[in-house]
Amino acid sequence: MTPKVHLDHNHLRHLLKAMIRIRRFEAKCVELYQAQKILGFLHLYDGEEAVSVGVMEALGPQDAVIATYREHGQALARGVDPGCLVGEMLGKLNGCCRGRGGSMHFFHRQHRFYGGNAIVGGGLPLALGVALGDKMQGRKAVTACFFGDGAADEGEFHETLNLAKLWRLPILFVCENNLYAMGMAVERAEADTDFVHKASGYKIEGERVDGMDVVAVESAARKAIERIRASSDPYFLECRTYRFRAHSMFDAQLYRSKEEVEAWRKKGPIGRFQTWLEENHLIKREEVLEMEKAIDAEIAQAVAFAEAGPLEPISDVERFVTMEEVPA
Amino acid sequence: MPALGADMEAGTLVQWCVKLGDRVKSGDVIAVVETQKGAIEVEVFVDGVVSNILVPVGERVPVGTVLARIDGAGEMPAAAEPVAVATRTPTPPRAAPEVRRAKPEAAPQASRQKVTPVARRRAAELHLDLTVLKGSGVEGSIRLADVEAAALIQTPPPTVKKGLDLAEMRKAIAAAMSRSKREIPHYYLSDTVDLHAALAWLEHFNAERPPIERILPAVLFLKAAALALHEQPKLNGFYENGAFVPGDGVHVGWAIALRGGGLIAPAIREADKKPLAELMAAMRDLVERSRRGGLRGSELTSPTVTVTNVGDRGAETVTGVIYPPQVALVGFGRVVVRPWVVEDRIEGRPVVSLSLAADHRVTDGHLGGLYLAAIARLLQEPEKL
Amino acid sequence: MASQEPPSPLRMTYREACKQALRQALAADPRVFLMGEDIGGYGGCYAVTKGLLEEFGGERIRDTPLSESAFVGAGIGAAMVGMRPIVEIMTVNFSLLALDQILNNAVTIPYMSGGQFAVPLVIRMATGGGRRVAAQHSHSLEGWYAHIPGLRILTPATIEDARFMLIEALKDPNPTIIFEHVMLYNMEGELDPAVASVDISAARVRRAGADVSLVTYGGSLFKTLGAAEQLSKEGIDAEVVDLRVLRPLDARTILASVTKTRRCVIVDEGWRSGSLSAEIGMRIAEEAFFELDAPLRRVCGREVPMPYAAHLEDACLPQAESIVLAARELVRPS
Repeated sequence: MTPKVHLDHNHLRHLLKAMIRIRRFEAKCVELYQAQKILGFLHLYDGEEAVSVGVMEALGPQDAVIATYREHGQALARGVDPGCLVGEMLGKLNGCCRGRGGSMHFFHRQHRFYGGNAIVGGGLPLALGVALGDKMQGRKAVTACFFGDGAADEGEFHETLNLAKLWRLPILFVCENNLYAMGMAVERAEADTDFVHKASGYKIEGERVDGMDVVAVESAARKAIERIRASSDPYFLECRTYRFRAHSMFDAQLYRSKEEVEAWRKKGPIGRFQTWLEENHLIKREEVLEMEKAIDAEIAQAVAFAEAGPLEPISDVERFVTMEEVPA
Repeated sequence: MPALGADMEAGTLVQWCVKLGDRVKSGDVIAVVETQKGAIEVEVFVDGVVSNILVPVGERVPVGTVLARIDGAGEMPAAAEPVAVATRTPTPPRAAPEVRRAKPEAAPQASRQKVTPVARRRAAELHLDLTVLKGSGVEGSIRLADVEAAALIQTPPPTVKKGLDLAEMRKAIAAAMSRSKREIPHYYLSDTVDLHAALAWLEHFNAERPPIERILPAVLFLKAAALALHEQPKLNGFYENGAFVPGDGVHVGWAIALRGGGLIAPAIREADKKPLAELMAAMRDLVERSRRGGLRGSELTSPTVTVTNVGDRGAETVTGVIYPPQVALVGFGRVVVRPWVVEDRIEGRPVVSLSLAADHRVTDGHLGGLYLAAIARLLQEPEKL
Repeated sequence: MASQEPPSPLRMTYREACKQALRQALAADPRVFLMGEDIGGYGGCYAVTKGLLEEFGGERIRDTPLSESAFVGAGIGAAMVGMRPIVEIMTVNFSLLALDQILNNAVTIPYMSGGQFAVPLVIRMATGGGRRVAAQHSHSLEGWYAHIPGLRILTPATIEDARFMLIEALKDPNPTIIFEHVMLYNMEGELDPAVASVDISAARVRRAGADVSLVTYGGSLFKTLGAAEQLSKEGIDAEVVDLRVLRPLDARTILASVTKTRRCVIVDEGWRSGSLSAEIGMRIAEEAFFELDAPLRRVCGREVPMPYAAHLEDACLPQAESIVLAARELVRPS
């Protein structure tokens, strides 16, 4: 039986709020980056919010998440506190990783959030291991592995999908196809632009879903999880989406037109969802404004928390190069 | 072992300042010898290379014992074969496998020597000169085995003997003074010299100079006594073997009283030729080194005459005892203000009592008197000193 | 009461010692499992894992497809969530395909996560040349891996170390790579039955000597011991230091040896330039410079892609003769 998404008021507000939170958070990151408080590489999630929010709805706390360097959406949707994410990006000791990783390397043990990976495709083999380890220890958990269209070109993608199916590992492969791998359009990189088809080459069941439709994503994700639990096989979800901002803060976006971006913005997940909700009288404009205010306050608090945080003493720089023990 | 004092009979070699193969030149200090008067540095008076060290550290030998051999200048031993020493061997060298000789070339001198780090360290510890060693290590480097084989004398770190054994010094002075009184027929003369001109000039001289360049009245006395010897050379020299031997220069022994009661009179060489500032510096230096124990042997054996200045707290007149084998001792008492006839008036004038003790075998009162008159005269024209 | 006879020493090959170590590990801890190519059905490329599939089953002895990156990454992920995987990469030559997972995940995750996750992973690799298998199969990259902070690098060169280092490695919360030199598998020796464990931190003086220190590891150890024998006939007393652990290096043992003998030859099969011998030499220069009585010397792999022809390969690897030559030249310069 296909699990239904419960479209009650609370849930819908929750979905909208979750997406707006991500959007506002990313805007704040831009501000902090331009003020040179966030340094290095910053990869923003604007336009893809529905994918993370929808998928996370289908996961429980016992499940595991592996993401990429474009992970703010996944981390926030997973429930990681924004304060420790900002702290991490400010390089502070109160960051989720003591300031060791930055924007591209969020880890959070309690949320079973295993990064954050700056190597395209680098997280896929890890997902194999997490799922394998859970399975061998009898845990009923699913590992959700997020990656982009570019990762499907790396050898790791093929090795991983092959092995995941071979060993029947409970992995939800979430391919966020935002049509560009940095500046490389999928038409120019893929002999076969059908990613579900690629997965089927490894006999992995899959589905393509409109990544701009949060309800569709949630529905597909719930179905996928159920399939995984029932079949004990991995599942592949291709989410068609679009990245409104540049690949990173350094990108001049010479590879796509402004018109294309604008066209996609009009089809963006938040606007679409909000419009649908308002048209169906499921939400009032004032509620949305209040939501936005609350989120802004939340983010302001997160920033204040982060900025108040201390820096790790340089004398500790070699801590955790080697571990004294395996953390319990 | 040199005689560093009239009654020195033996000395103890307390430190070698050179090593086998060292190049030395005349005037270099070669060793330190302990005498009744304290530690004295011994100089060499030839140029050459130390080819033999015969007396080890710590040994007491009579005056006249050969301490070391110095080969004539220019000749380097073809191979720096270490010479065995009668006493005191170093720790036995490590049993090393058969060592092959380095290539038969001249020992490296001008070009940079290769020395292994540990060999260099060990050589420094042993105060060994690396330049004469032949290396048997890789690329002809001097290695540890080479250093240990060459080490002869474990020289203790150089320590300047601090403090003087005043009891010993007193014994030495007693011996010398007794001998002097026994052997030398002394005669004594004295004179009083008006120092008005000299001190006025000195005041003016010093006023124009910073404190460090100012000179004491004693310098004027010294210079005058030295210059006056040109007129009476028979007061400048030695009585040896029944005859007077003139000094080869005017080397004034300057009597220095040591704290605690010792007395020493090292030479200021060529005192007649030195300008006043230089004499002042020499005097200061001698006093400092006398008290510290850093005098050289030559400084004790070369005075041709001795001048003693009792200074501000001494007696008005000093009648001295000649230090053999010298033939004269010039004394300056305390500068006092006394009534003096100037033209027809009586004024207070600074005056000093000038005395001479001389060996009657060489000179008599007439010459002695002329000498004192010369000093008095010279002190009236201080600007010419 | 019957008198206790001393238990007889166990004679076995290096290969057998490796296997016994794996068996002990698998039997002792259910979290331990193996992954690698042809470790199960085939019995292992070097026959190390022969019989283990039958003994422990397919869940714990997992044959993998030819996907180094994937299965090494899988080992990392599994280690992160509580397992104790032992991943076999058939040889160091193929490990390059997994280098990203090792360098960018295994050693970075504990650090980048701020200490939230450990990666208690053991990787075993065969390594080294001498089998006439040419350039792509003869690498000696232990020194490369020893460059990476966060890794422990072990090079068991004796039966005892092959038998017991793995057990200690499994207790280490950090990723550990164990290098098994291909020329050692057939080596036979005796295990001292009194020894039940070894450390994985210290170098060991295998032969004490006074004239020169020969510092080496892995497949070069026995050549070096052979060289020491030869040197002793010439009256040169060589000390042989088996590094055992390439990272972290036991500098103390190395420096103590060099301080004693004052001369050192480092024997390292890796290509000379930038090899581990360079690191060891530099450490000695940094910390024992004033103890040295001769320049530092090393005998390394010749800087060529390994040739196939036997005489050429032999010329490219450290041999006892070249070690003797280097040592002799330091002690008795010509």
